[in-house]
Amino acid sequence: MPSTRLRGMSALNRDEVAHLAMLARIDLSQDELQTLSGQLEQIARSVAKVGEVAADDVPPMSHPLPLTNVTRVDEVRPSLPVEDALAGAPAAQQRRFLVPRILDEE
Amino acid sequence: MTPDLTRSSAADLAGALSRKDVSAVEATQAHLDRIAAVDGDVHAFLHVDTEGALAAARDVDRRRAAGEELSPLAGVPIAVKDIAVTKGVPTTCGSRTLEGWIPPYDATVVARLRAAGLPILGKTNMDEFAMGSSTEHSAFGPTHNPWDLERIPGGSGGGSSAAVASFQAPLAIGTDTGGSIRQPAAVTGTVGTKPTYGGVSRYGLVALASSLDQAGPCSRSVLDAALLHAVIAGHDVMDSTSIDAPVPPVVEAARRADVRGLRVGVVKELGGEGYQPGVRTRFEESVQLLVDAGAEVVEVSCPHFDYALAAYYLIMPSEASSNLARFDAMRYGLRVGPDGVGSPSAEQVMAASRDAGFGDEVKRRIILGTYALSSGYYDAYYGQAQKVRTLIARDFAAAFEQADVLVSPTAPTTAFRIGEKLDDPMAMYLNDIATIPANLAGIPGMSLPSGLADEDGLPAGIQLLAPATKDERLYGVGAALEAALEQRWGGRLLDRAPELDGSAASATEARA
Repeated sequence: MPSTRLRGMSALNRDEVAHLAMLARIDLSQDELQTLSGQLEQIARSVAKVGEVAADDVPPMSHPLPLTNVTRVDEVRPSLPVEDALAGAPAAQQRRFLVPRILDEE
Repeated sequence: MTPDLTRSSAADLAGALSRKDVSAVEATQAHLDRIAAVDGDVHAFLHVDTEGALAAARDVDRRRAAGEELSPLAGVPIAVKDIAVTKGVPTTCGSRTLEGWIPPYDATVVARLRAAGLPILGKTNMDEFAMGSSTEHSAFGPTHNPWDLERIPGGSGGGSSAAVASFQAPLAIGTDTGGSIRQPAAVTGTVGTKPTYGGVSRYGLVALASSLDQAGPCSRSVLDAALLHAVIAGHDVMDSTSIDAPVPPVVEAARRADVRGLRVGVVKELGGEGYQPGVRTRFEESVQLLVDAGAEVVEVSCPHFDYALAAYYLIMPSEASSNLARFDAMRYGLRVGPDGVGSPSAEQVMAASRDAGFGDEVKRRIILGTYALSSGYYDAYYGQAQKVRTLIARDFAAAFEQADVLVSPTAPTTAFRIGEKLDDPMAMYLNDIATIPANLAGIPGMSLPSGLADEDGLPAGIQLLAPATKDERLYGVGAALEAALEQRWGGRLLDRAPELDGSAASATEARA
C-alpha cells in the first residue's frame, strides 16, 4: 500500500483512517471518516500509555491459560449437512455458496 | 391467592417443580405473560420463543410424570444472550449484519441448557457484537434499566441483566469479555459471574475477543447463579481452550456461605478517585459485613492495573478485528452491493456490506484493532499490551499470596442516563475499569448488589475476584455477604425496585 504510510504514535488522521478502513474492508462514508478519525485519535493517544511500562524482559501474554496444542482422534464425525450450511447464505447455487466475481476487471 | 411465580428464585422454583406443586408449563407461561406485560417498557428481548419454550416445558412435565431423573433446574425458564447461537431460533448478536439469521446449530451452552430441561424464553438484547457498556450500541434499540427506564441497564449484556431484574426470567446467560456480565449486574441490582477463562465452553458463541470471552450465569441470587454455573460449565471437546477438569464445587460453596478465617484483599487501585461516593460507601459497608462475618481484611496493591484499560483497548479490538473478518457477506449475513456499480467484485460487496451491516462502535473497534496490528505498530501497541497483560497477571499472583479473594466496587458509578455517554467513547470505556483486569488474567469474578447509592437511590455492585479455577470462593463469599446484606435490608434489594406496569412505552409513543 504505497499511498498512505502510517507515521507517528497518535497520527490517526483522516487519510490514515481511510487506509485502515480499506484494509478492514469497510466502505466508510466521508462523514464517518470525519467522525471516526477524531475519536480514534483520542483513543489511540490514551492506549499509547502501554508504552510507559513493561520493559524488554517482560514476556508477552497472548492467553490466560498455559495451553498446549490439542489434537483430536482422526475419526469421521457427523458434520453440518450441506443444506443447513447453505441455509443462511446470501446466495447459493449447485449446493455451493454463490459469490460475486473475485477478479478485478482490468 | 396464587403466588406470583415470576418473583420466585430459581432455587425455590426448582423446588416447587420437583415437588410437582407447579408444572414447567405454568412456570414458563407465567414468565411469558410477564414478558408480554412489561417488555414493551424494558426491551430486554430481541426475540421471544413462545412455542419453543412451552414445548420444552411440556417435555419436562412429561418426563417428570414418567418418573425420570431430571436435572435440578429442569423446568426453570431462562433467557439467553443473543450472542449464543440457537438452532432454529434467530440470532443477531445485536447487529444488522445478522438480522434474520437462523443458526443451523446450538452453542454448547445452549445444548447444555436444553439437555438440563431449561425452557429458553428467548434471546436478550446486547451491544452489537458485545461491544459496549450500555446496550445502546444494539442495532435494535437500547434496553431500559428496570430501576429507572431512562437509564442504561449496563452492557454488553443489558438485556440479560434487565430481564432478570424485571422478573421476566429467573435466570439468564451472559458473556463477559471486559465486564459484560458483571457491570450490568451491578447497575441492575442483580448477580452475575464471569467464570475462570475456559470454565464454560465458547463453542457457538459469536466471538468478540477469543482470549478474553467467557460465558456465565446472571441471576437474582448467589445460589441461583451457582446452580446455573454448574449446568453450563465443564469440559467441551469443541472448544480447544476448555479446561479439562471437574467443575469447581460452586453450589456446595454457595450453600455453605462461610467466610470465617478467609483473607479478603481490598484492591487499592480499584476505588477512591473516580468512583461515585454512594458506590464507595456501600462497598465499604459490605467489606465491614465480611469482617463481622469472620473474614480478615487486608489491603493489596496491584500497581499495573492503571494500565489495564489501555492494554485491554488494544488486545480486545485486535482480536475483534480478526474475529469479525468472518462477516464477509459470503456464507451468512447481510450482502449489499456498492451504489452505482454494475458488476461489483467480491471485495467491493464485502466493503459495502460491512459498512451497511456494522454500527459505529463496531467500526471504531475494527479500525482500532487493524491499526494496532498493522506493520510498524504491532510492537508498540499489541506487543506492548501483551506485556502489560503479563504484569497484570503477576499483580494478581502477588495479591493472591496475601488474600484468598479480592474485592472492589464492580463499576465506578450507578446506571447513567441513556444517551449521556454515547458520543464519548473514552468515557464509556471507563465503565469497565474495575472489571477488565480479571479478563486479562483469566481469573473468575462475580458482582452482587451492595445496596442503593444514597445520592440517586440506584443499585451499586461489589466485585469479588478469585484465583483461576477457584470459582467456588466467589460463591462462598458472595452467599455469606448476600445473607448479611439481606438481613440488614430486611429482604431482597430487588423488592425495592419500582413496579413496572407496561405504561411507559405507550407514554413515550404519546409524547412522540
